[in-house]
Amino acid sequence: MTRIRLGSLAVAALLLLAILAPVIAPYAPTAQPDLIGLRNAAPSWAHPFGTDMFSRDVLSRVLYGARVSLLIGVLAVAISVTVGTAVGLAAGYAGGAVDAGLMRVVDAGLAIPKIFVVLVVLALWEGITVPVLVGILGFTGWFGVSRIVRAETQSARGREYVAAARAIGIPTHRILVRHVLPNVAAPILVVASLGIGQVILLEAGLSYLGVGVPQPMPSWGNIIADGQHLFASAPWISTAPGLAIVATVMAFSVLADGMRAALDPRDR
Amino acid sequence: MTPLLRVQDLTTTFDTPAGTARAVDGVSFSLDPGETLALVGESGSGKTVTALSILRLIEPPGRIHPDSRVEFDGRDLLTLSPRDLRRVRGAGIAMIFQEPMTSLNPVLTVGTQIGETVEAHESVTRAEVRDRTVEMLRLVGIPDPTRRWRSYPHELSGGMRQRVMIAMALVCRPRVLIADEPTTALDVTIQAQILDLLRDLAQRLDMAMVLITHDLGVAAEIADRVAVMYGGRIVEQAPTARLYAHPAHPYTEGLLQAAPRLDGPAYPTPAIPGAVPPATAWPDGCRFHPRCTHAWERCHTEPPLIDVAAGQTARCWLRAAPGDPS
Repeated sequence: MTRIRLGSLAVAALLLLAILAPVIAPYAPTAQPDLIGLRNAAPSWAHPFGTDMFSRDVLSRVLYGARVSLLIGVLAVAISVTVGTAVGLAAGYAGGAVDAGLMRVVDAGLAIPKIFVVLVVLALWEGITVPVLVGILGFTGWFGVSRIVRAETQSARGREYVAAARAIGIPTHRILVRHVLPNVAAPILVVASLGIGQVILLEAGLSYLGVGVPQPMPSWGNIIADGQHLFASAPWISTAPGLAIVATVMAFSVLADGMRAALDPRDR
Repeated sequence: MTPLLRVQDLTTTFDTPAGTARAVDGVSFSLDPGETLALVGESGSGKTVTALSILRLIEPPGRIHPDSRVEFDGRDLLTLSPRDLRRVRGAGIAMIFQEPMTSLNPVLTVGTQIGETVEAHESVTRAEVRDRTVEMLRLVGIPDPTRRWRSYPHELSGGMRQRVMIAMALVCRPRVLIADEPTTALDVTIQAQILDLLRDLAQRLDMAMVLITHDLGVAAEIADRVAVMYGGRIVEQAPTARLYAHPAHPYTEGLLQAAPRLDGPAYPTPAIPGAVPPATAWPDGCRFHPRCTHAWERCHTEPPLIDVAAGQTARCWLRAAPGDPS
């Protein structure tokens, strides 16, 4: 099986699990059926991934957590790809002072560790909601995208058909959308699918640190955090979401690699 | 007749690490409505830069000198706002390039690309765009245009692609077409077809044409007038028949002698010795003098354009009247 098929199949399966979570999950993600008898219960037929300290079913939480984690990943990447593409196109096509100015901003953005920026913003912000989190992850994630889009735009701009389009009076915005963007689309897709994996990791990290998705809403990061101090006695709590993160990041990486190979004319 | 396009003292320089390259240096010519002018010269003589400068398609580090003027239909294109300039490109003056393989966008159908020109210049409905496109494809001699309209560039041969390029450039009926080596990348038989097509279209659409070529044969076949460029300057300009019969500049003479002829001798044709110097280091005076067999001391000062005959001028001291103080 080609990598692109494998990757898209894995991603499709993950998305399906997330969408169908209410149907598949045996319990509600926040249900606490027996706070005394079912605390940190080991995996059983009734609770395949065991239960956590509040007797909540870990499998159900991981399934619902997939919705939150994937949604945040997809939306944040949508924002960063949109902003990054716009900035990259502008810088690459305009060149000169516009390019220099925008790229210095990008350099600054890339120089500061993202998790640090996010932590600072979140520390200054009371009561994080999911939309805010998406916004923060999205608007701090576009720097790398804009670099790649800029480079591709510069090479597309030098093509003869762009010169030909200019020579017959096609307006700049149309040249950008119709002649430059399609040539830039391939690397954007690759970066986007890699980016989703990265955002999911970052979100998990933030939630693990307690500044990401607010409790009791399940996300993979905060489920891991729930199980962290019980890892010696109830390792299943952290293991299940951990494996889910590994599987998801790998699925998106394989998809990205497959797309890169499929879209790169040099590989044909 | 007032000229449709008048280029006056056009100077375009490129700032390079090796110094300032004066790629086009004080070029002046004019083009009457319906006339075809051939711009002939070796690689590096400034033909293409001249064409690009007319439509202000020069990119940094290239710079058009502020004293240059390019008047089209009474307006100076070099001072036009970007918006008005865009309206002139394609609708007033259109340009086609040498490489039909790379001048079409591989991801768009030819219909889309031709239609794009119409949409850029006129407010038209989708159906009108389609009709105009199909009609234009038919006009440039593409068989089965209603089907070809949906083709992608890779599905067409080089000659067909050049026809598509021509259709793209002419769909808005520009009054001037600048064709930069339109046949250089094509087979000889296809070359002849494209030249015939250009000549035919220029006549039918009452269009003036600036044809850029290094091929004197191509120029002879299609042009009313020929301007010979060397070292960023026009060194000789004359009606086509006159230029071939009585070249006035030693460079033109050399070019004509270097061209193999069917009725000429079969042994190798003489070449002009040396090569075009780099544009960053033009020799002083006449730029051709280091390669010229007739050169003498006077050639170290720049000769003006000297009238030789009706409509013929040459930039050479040999043509100066004896005792002329200039």
